[in-house]
Amino acid sequence: MKILVCISNVPDTTTKIKFTADGKQFDATGVQWIINPWDELALTRALELKEASNGLIDNVTVINVGPKETEITIRKGLAVGADNAVRIDANPTDAYAVAFELAKYIETHPYDLILVGIESSDYNGNAVGGMLAELLNIPNVSAVSGIELKDGKFEVVREIDGGKQILSLPTPLIAVVQKGIAKEPRIASMRGVMAARTKPFETVAAVGASPLTEYVHFELPQPKGKCKMIPADQLDELIHVLHQEIKAI
Amino acid sequence: MSVLIYIEHWDGKFKKSSYELVSYAYAMAKQMQTNVYGLVLGNAEASEIDKLAEYGLENVICLNHNAFQVLDNQLFTDVLAQVAEKVQANVFLFAHNNTGKALSSRLAARLKAGLISGVVALPDSISPFIIRKKLFTGKATAQVKANTEKVVLTLSQNAFGVFDNKVALNKISADIQVNEALAQTKLLDTQKFTAKVLLTDAEIVVSGGRGLKGPENWGVIEELADVLGAATACTRPVSDEGWRPHHEHVGQTGKIVAPMLYVACGISGAIQHVAGISSSKYIIAINKDAEAPIFEAADYGIVGDVMQVLPELTKKIKEVKK
Ligand SMILES: Cc1cc2nc3c(=O)[nH]c(=O)nc-3n(C[C@H](O)[C@H](O)[C@H](O)COP(=O)(O)OP(=O)(O)OC[C@H]3O[C@@H](n4cnc5c(N)ncnc54)[C@H](O)[C@@H]3O)c2cc1C
Repeated sequence: MKILVCISNVPDTTTKIKFTADGKQFDATGVQWIINPWDELALTRALELKEASNGLIDNVTVINVGPKETEITIRKGLAVGADNAVRIDANPTDAYAVAFELAKYIETHPYDLILVGIESSDYNGNAVGGMLAELLNIPNVSAVSGIELKDGKFEVVREIDGGKQILSLPTPLIAVVQKGIAKEPRIASMRGVMAARTKPFETVAAVGASPLTEYVHFELPQPKGKCKMIPADQLDELIHVLHQEIKAI
Repeated sequence: MSVLIYIEHWDGKFKKSSYELVSYAYAMAKQMQTNVYGLVLGNAEASEIDKLAEYGLENVICLNHNAFQVLDNQLFTDVLAQVAEKVQANVFLFAHNNTGKALSSRLAARLKAGLISGVVALPDSISPFIIRKKLFTGKATAQVKANTEKVVLTLSQNAFGVFDNKVALNKISADIQVNEALAQTKLLDTQKFTAKVLLTDAEIVVSGGRGLKGPENWGVIEELADVLGAATACTRPVSDEGWRPHHEHVGQTGKIVAPMLYVACGISGAIQHVAGISSSKYIIAINKDAEAPIFEAADYGIVGDVMQVLPELTKKIKEVKK
């Protein structure tokens, strides 16, 4: 069995967000790029599944739709343990275009399990996993917080409002994963980093999907007013605020 | 032309997010001068369906089938696409929750419709279709344009509000093929959380961070939450260390919340945590470090030890409520 992990290249989560003066573009100067946090957890879980599978799962591939610069991020995926990597050479303009490029690749390179993060921490689209599943016409489960391989089938845990469901699904399957799927992301060892240099890395030409949406203008929120400090020995003042202004009591 | 909303229910009942979606659709239809249809799949109670009219839903299509008991994205998308065709929908609305995210993305790909998720306001323009959404987990907003005739939207929770717009409700029937062969999601087990107030529904959230020092100290959080009728939440390290369950983790990689009031106790205010709470109407922070960054995000702050401040605050609230 083979697992594909779709990874998105996003600004580090501590990045101070800026846009160009005309508000038309994200200003990437000085930004550190990382593997999208959910994708990093997905990759960790994929590697755990492979290791626990007694050879049943023999390959974990990472794939990214992005320009040449994203190779640094993709190599991090190899360094933590993916067997090989694929980059589809296109600018990821919108979720549909990304899903379309991925679908075209997967049509000729099938996988048993495809893991996609629930969203990317930059554009918060919540879209690629579901779109990919529809384009490939295969089942998908969303909000997956756990996944196990049992008797050749995948058993997944799906978060629902107020609880969780344990589900069984056939392969091929797309699991749209969120927090809980793995405990901590793996950290690359020095050996991993060295090994990553010689692992198969394929660059594929894009088929050229057209995006369906476009970002026309970006804005930063209005700065918040100053925090009003209340001395810890004057809680009556806070009670007054809770009652009069916030109306919480 | 019409607006179609997918209205989710939980064991036959609707929540505030459903009424918010209906209120939003009502306003959008006014702006677009078109009709709204609501789609309810599965066994929702009749009196609950009638309630939707109080928020402005004029047309509802209720479909019931055994196959609707468990969400199967493929099957549900197929049903949605058929209903969309019947009512000639060109705008599709979902709540920005787990189900909404799952179905909106599949449906958008099916219909080649532009998907804009997490929208926070009515459209800035209808033709071309331009609407605002949040991005970078609330650290920015953007105007997004759809280059398609049909659009699929998910509405951020608490972004619009719930409004009374009483109308008369038409129950419309629709002849839909339920292709059961599409459903491949087999339910093995369901586990419900035991929390008194669900985090995703809560108007008030009392949240604890590493400053609580350990799970044995959570009583002070729970007692305050109890008197306020609030849900409890926590930061990432707290859930990572197993002090609290994962579904309470709030922030960039956990849940994004937008309650009326968020009380942050012993939380430093790391950028990833603040990202998940910045849409709260009010934030109160209690932290013993006067320099903690949480005070930059908060409206009201108390510098003090949570183990002393919280019991005192709970006691005073109880007195007021008496
Ligand atoms: C990729 C990534 C994603 C992340 N996503 C999230 C996320 O979704 N959510 C999240 O929360 N974090 C997230 N984090 C972690 C985040 O960076 C912080 O580490 C975390 O939010 C800190 O949690 P804390 O405030 O509970 O703990 P700390 O930073 O340890 O702060 C504890 C605070 O409690 C105060 N304190 C201590 N004792 C007391 C007392 N007795 N009374 C009052 N105050 C006291 C201290 O002054 C301190 O300010 C993420 C990190 C990364 C790298």
